[in-house]
Amino acid sequence: VTLAGTALGLASAAALVGCVAGFVLPRRSRVVVATLATALVGTGATAAGLGVLLTGDHVTARWPEILPLAGVTIDLDPLGAWFVLAAGAVIVPVAVYAYGYCDHALTGRAVQGLLPVFAATLVLVPAAGSMSTFLVLWELMAMSSLVLVAAEHGDRPAVRQATVWYGVMTQLGFVAILIAFGLAAAGTGHETFAAIRHDAPTLSAARASTIFVLALAGFGSKAGLVPLHVWLPRAHPEAPSHVSALMSGAMVSLGAYGVVRVAIDLLGGGPRWWGVLVLALGVASALFGILHALVASDLKVLLAYSTTENMGLVFVGIGAAVLLAAVHEPALAGVALAAALLWVLNHAVFKALLFLAAGSIARSTGTRDLDRLGGLMKRLPVTATMFTVGALAIAGLPPLNGFVSEWALFQTLVRAGGRPPDVLGLTMPMAVGAVALTAGLAAATFVKAIGTGMLAMPRSPEAERAVESPVPMLAGMSVLASACLVLGLVPGLLASGLGRAVRAAGGRGEPLGSGVAELRLAGARGVISPVLLAVALLVGLVLVLGVARALGGSRARRRAENWGCGRVLQTARMEYTAISFAEPLQRVFSDVLHPQHDIDVTHAAESRWYVEAVQYRASIADGIDERAYQPAVGALRWWGERARALQNGSVHRYLAYGFGALLVVLVVAR
Amino acid sequence: MTDGRVAAVVVQVGLAVVCAPLLVGLLRVVRARLEGRSGPSVVQPWRDMRKLWTKERITPEHTSWIFTLTPLVLVSSTLVIAAIVPLATTASPLDHVGDLFVVVSVLLLGTVFLALAGLDPGTAFGGMGASREMTVAALAEPTLLLAVFAISGRADSSNLGAIVDATLHAPASVLSVQSLLALVALSIAALAECARLPVDNPSTHLELTMIHEAMVLEYAGPDLALVELTAAMRLLLFAALLVNLFVPWGIATTTEPAAILVGAVVLITKLAVVGVGLAGFEVFTAKIRLFRVPELLAVSFVVAFLAVTAAAFLG
Repeated sequence: VTLAGTALGLASAAALVGCVAGFVLPRRSRVVVATLATALVGTGATAAGLGVLLTGDHVTARWPEILPLAGVTIDLDPLGAWFVLAAGAVIVPVAVYAYGYCDHALTGRAVQGLLPVFAATLVLVPAAGSMSTFLVLWELMAMSSLVLVAAEHGDRPAVRQATVWYGVMTQLGFVAILIAFGLAAAGTGHETFAAIRHDAPTLSAARASTIFVLALAGFGSKAGLVPLHVWLPRAHPEAPSHVSALMSGAMVSLGAYGVVRVAIDLLGGGPRWWGVLVLALGVASALFGILHALVASDLKVLLAYSTTENMGLVFVGIGAAVLLAAVHEPALAGVALAAALLWVLNHAVFKALLFLAAGSIARSTGTRDLDRLGGLMKRLPVTATMFTVGALAIAGLPPLNGFVSEWALFQTLVRAGGRPPDVLGLTMPMAVGAVALTAGLAAATFVKAIGTGMLAMPRSPEAERAVESPVPMLAGMSVLASACLVLGLVPGLLASGLGRAVRAAGGRGEPLGSGVAELRLAGARGVISPVLLAVALLVGLVLVLGVARALGGSRARRRAENWGCGRVLQTARMEYTAISFAEPLQRVFSDVLHPQHDIDVTHAAESRWYVEAVQYRASIADGIDERAYQPAVGALRWWGERARALQNGSVHRYLAYGFGALLVVLVVAR
Repeated sequence: MTDGRVAAVVVQVGLAVVCAPLLVGLLRVVRARLEGRSGPSVVQPWRDMRKLWTKERITPEHTSWIFTLTPLVLVSSTLVIAAIVPLATTASPLDHVGDLFVVVSVLLLGTVFLALAGLDPGTAFGGMGASREMTVAALAEPTLLLAVFAISGRADSSNLGAIVDATLHAPASVLSVQSLLALVALSIAALAECARLPVDNPSTHLELTMIHEAMVLEYAGPDLALVELTAAMRLLLFAALLVNLFVPWGIATTTEPAAILVGAVVLITKLAVVGVGLAGFEVFTAKIRLFRVPELLAVSFVVAFLAVTAAAFLG
């Protein structure tokens, strides 16, 4: 048994202990043991992930007696280990944060007992080595997170609705995955991943494509890809923030894992249209997600849509990898996959950080509405600074980690665009344009989030009275913020592990150069050195300060009132709001967003020339939700209403139904 | 790092700092002459800056560390770009630190901080400027990166030194279709990024139209001087980058002091020509309405896209 295997075993054991303790122990000690167990799960996962990535050894185990018929098969290869590492890196700080965050409403048995279970499934799903094990763990992950999403259902009615949406979408996704796996198992006659991988070339092209499309639908819904994203902006905001952080940071990435595992690893790639389809879905999700994030004024809804955007960008990388492999560019395909995987890890870190910060803000102000926040940089200095770090990272600014993965993705797409087949010459420039637009809009979105949420004057009494959160919460956020910086400065540290992960998925060569100070991509000749760039920025900063001092600019600052332009006093009502900040871009993209405006003017009774009140309402609905899902829900409801006529309470009628059903069964089964 | 390389950095950065306000001064003089005014001297921007330097540092109430830090981040990020891009020599020692993507991202870093500083005092003007600036930046970003994509085909690399070197070795590549389309796209995006006409008018303080000036209204004294210096350096860097990507001749390819000196003199000459041309363009251009700006940027995006597809299909 290797070190990584031991770590994985310890993580599982910790989850079991934490689960039992969460359900059995009294309220106060329950929180301590459950969060401690969760932290241990995360530590074990980080160790196991790093162990496999650094050595390249698989962790394999098989217990035929645990599950009837199939048994449990664990096979953690470097590809899975990358996702295990990403999950572990998020779980530890989240557990520390949860210790401070779980106050009275969140100390229930189910909430505490299922947190370690959810964390453990996040770690074990990528370690599953057979389809049955994978499906059991996947379902356990869905169920435990469903209960956690519903934690605050007593406080807000929106939570119940979110839970139903999440439950339905996750089960539909599960059905798609189940059918895909069933087809694969029936076609090859095996159910372990190793055997299917071996026999996959014997599958017919049509069956392989069916498996691919079903897996893409199932895993894509988990990743929040358009048009299957509708549960995400409902469930992530309503879940408690530490759960949102785990869902958005780690669980959503497993959708990407599933597609990589099935399409690239098990099926060994496919025709060109697979890649184009994944690429198109990725581009659509990225643009749709960021546009809705841009106009959202609920902080957590903004972050949820941004998750759809980021997963879209990950799928752009995956799609490019599939497409490049299909046109016989294996080296570049490996680089594209590496860029996608790097994005998964970076997204896990900064999105978890942002959700934790949003939770800290929501807890101390009682609101998530950006237009009721403001002035938090003074009142919650640590939380607001952490949020700023996460937001600058997600906006792809150097020297933080989002920049590195953005650079890698751009380089890959640009490189691929210069290659011979026309399909690359057309798709890659479009992808670059879309990704660049996404990056620009992401910068605007997060400037809005920082600028209206954290800076300037408080816009509401709640924001005015906000006080900083307890130390464990701040500690959890600080760990993630440091990770943003370290991953941004020395991404080369992970290069060898990333190379193993890509090779485990059938890639070749070393996609990332392994220099610590430099980052270079195989096949793409671009080189950057994030750490030197950061040093240069810092030197520039010090130089400017020094010159300013030397030239006599060192006089103390004077705090004074804003330049007034004739007005008497400055109030928070004069500030630009989140809605007004996004208005120009909303207007530019009104064909996509379809904003709705209502103006009600009430005239005074005496004369219609005098206006008594003006009411203005503006709303932006999710177009896909409104046009595809609401009609479907309406149709289902209509059928449900009709079906009620069947049930009129008469026992005779029910007996007739039973008799009829029996006849039908007999006729059919004969 | 050898002495020659250190010297190259010092020359490039020094050139950018010293010449940037002069370029702005030149633009104003030429504009004034073309409009029949006598106009201020070329060194007037430097005089303004010296005056600002002696003024008091006033920070608005309610602002946080972001407002104080922003002028420093702005200048420092622009200095880093001045060190990375090939101004006087293609053998810039920091060439390996970053490529064109890095330059675009570091520019965005400055833009983001400036927009945050605009929002920080909590005034309506600052928010308005920040909102508009981010709108323009978000829409200019795809053009910039696609144009980079088109140009990087020349050298099979996105590192600037390599691109300029390759252009020196194959002068015909400048006149290719994709190169000319990329030049048009980049020029439009550069005008937007530098807050010049027809996107923004740097010499107005009219609330209906201003973008950049609205964000920096709350800065005073030395802070304002640094912000103004950055704006001027941005203009110089974009101009120099465009010139060297499309007319690179005269630039040094080594770090020999003599070659760098020649490169610097040639660059100053080219910049003067560009400055006169830009001033002439601005005299005959009106600022377009804010909501027409996206259309202009969409045009530049389409042109950049054509450049890339031309690069892929015409070879």
